[in-house]
Amino acid sequence: MIEFHQVFKRYEGGHEALKGVSFALPRGEMAFLTGHSGAGKSTLLKLIALMERPTRGQIILDDINISNVKDRQIPYHRRKIGMIFQDHRLLYDRSVYDNVALPLIIAGVSDRDIPKRVRAALDKVGLLSKERQLPIQLSGGEQQRVGIARAVVNKPPLLLADEPTGNLDPELSEDIMNLFAQFNQVGVSVLIASHDLGLIARMKHPVIALKEGRTIRNELAEVDFA
Amino acid sequence: MSEVKSKTKRSSATSYKISFRDRFNTALKLHKENSLQTLLDILRQPTNSLMTILVLAIALALPSAFYLFMTNAKAVSQSWDGGVKISVYLQDDATENQAQELLTQLSLRPEFEQVTFVSKEDALLEFKEYSGIGDAISYLDKNPLPFAITLTPTSSFADPKSLESLAQELTTLALVDKAKLDSDWIKKYNSILTISEQIATFVSLMLALGVLLIVGNTIRLAILNRRDEIQVIKLVGATDAFIRRPFLYTGLWYGLIAALLAALMVNIVFVLLKQSTSQLAQLYSSEFSLLGLAPSFTLSLLVIGSLLGLIGAWVSVRKHLKDINPQ
Repeated sequence: MIEFHQVFKRYEGGHEALKGVSFALPRGEMAFLTGHSGAGKSTLLKLIALMERPTRGQIILDDINISNVKDRQIPYHRRKIGMIFQDHRLLYDRSVYDNVALPLIIAGVSDRDIPKRVRAALDKVGLLSKERQLPIQLSGGEQQRVGIARAVVNKPPLLLADEPTGNLDPELSEDIMNLFAQFNQVGVSVLIASHDLGLIARMKHPVIALKEGRTIRNELAEVDFA
Repeated sequence: MSEVKSKTKRSSATSYKISFRDRFNTALKLHKENSLQTLLDILRQPTNSLMTILVLAIALALPSAFYLFMTNAKAVSQSWDGGVKISVYLQDDATENQAQELLTQLSLRPEFEQVTFVSKEDALLEFKEYSGIGDAISYLDKNPLPFAITLTPTSSFADPKSLESLAQELTTLALVDKAKLDSDWIKKYNSILTISEQIATFVSLMLALGVLLIVGNTIRLAILNRRDEIQVIKLVGATDAFIRRPFLYTGLWYGLIAALLAALMVNIVFVLLKQSTSQLAQLYSSEFSLLGLAPSFTLSLLVIGSLLGLIGAWVSVRKHLKDINPQ
């Protein structure tokens, strides 16, 4: 699903966030990305979503070399990826339902299908009864689940999560992780950046550990340079 | 067949792809929703948008008022053109018989509607009456004024060019000393009109630029206000067109509403002025009546207003949406 070939990322100002990262996440696999803050986890996820471009190296997503994705094609690229953030990034002036419906409206799903799919997504995260509420009326864990519903509502083949449990207590964190595992079981590839090592260990999924922009542990196959 | 296809698609875990027809229908629906929503937003928050719209309306009303003024000023000068006369002054040594002969000749020509003979005595009487130095003239031992013929051209020869060439031609006739048009002041009036028209065009262009800038700035503020929302929407895969559309509609509505208001303002001024101008025209025993905004002009005002709003919004959106990227 995702392949990184010797990817480097240097930001303007000289900070090198990634220094030659290579790994391959097979289709339908779920993996964790760990490391201290500043190790390059967020940068790595941003490169996949084309929020940043790599300085050097190749990234292949869904058999497409994403260096070839032009700026104007980025929206279509992002529709293949469901993204979840530590700070949820919801629209706080719209209801839970409208937040989850947003990717469907953007993608041009027909009016008939939107309610069904929004409710299916909300049902999966257990928030069906709260569709009329505003995000601000929900707890942090619930807001995160709205974010997950929004990420999965148009059934993307890949989910990326950046510290999805960063602000949650351990019990809620485990719920959220289990939710990701459920999506993974129906075939969605999942990559989660997290520094919650205890939780990651219990989940029993492959781990990539970054330190100062380099891979220090890689339980996924490293891709060969052809 | 397609039914089966869509079913298998929906049942799969990953189906982020959408059929073309659904995309097209949704685009149409979005246009409808965006246009309605932005209009309602403007109307619902009149305090936010009223000032902008008023400024825009004034900027559009001024050129329209200029235009209306120019149309009327031209109409006035046209109603005068018909009344222009040519005065032909004969040489001092011409006798009355020769003068009468010329009069007959001229009255046979098709260019002139009316030909009047002005004898030396009539001219003197008139001069005494209107010049204000009548007493001084009575001390002269001899009438210094020549015979004159006043010609009124038919309407087909009443345009400034034909009048000019007629006067030229009349000067070349034997016995004729001078042929004078009493339309010199109309020429001056018309050249003042031309200059005013050029100034009005220039000012109108500046005001149109002003409209562009005002709409552009309003849209810029709207974009900055919704910065976070735009970032989120970009993250979930919105195209620039999707993000742009509501702002473009907002600009279009601003322009259209302002143009409607401008047309209203100009029409109110027109109604207020109509009464007093018709009184003035009566004093000059003219049938001139003030012309209002033609429907075609009102229509073009609305189109121009909407276009200026749309273009202003477009420029602003192009410039500012690029800078907002998800972090």
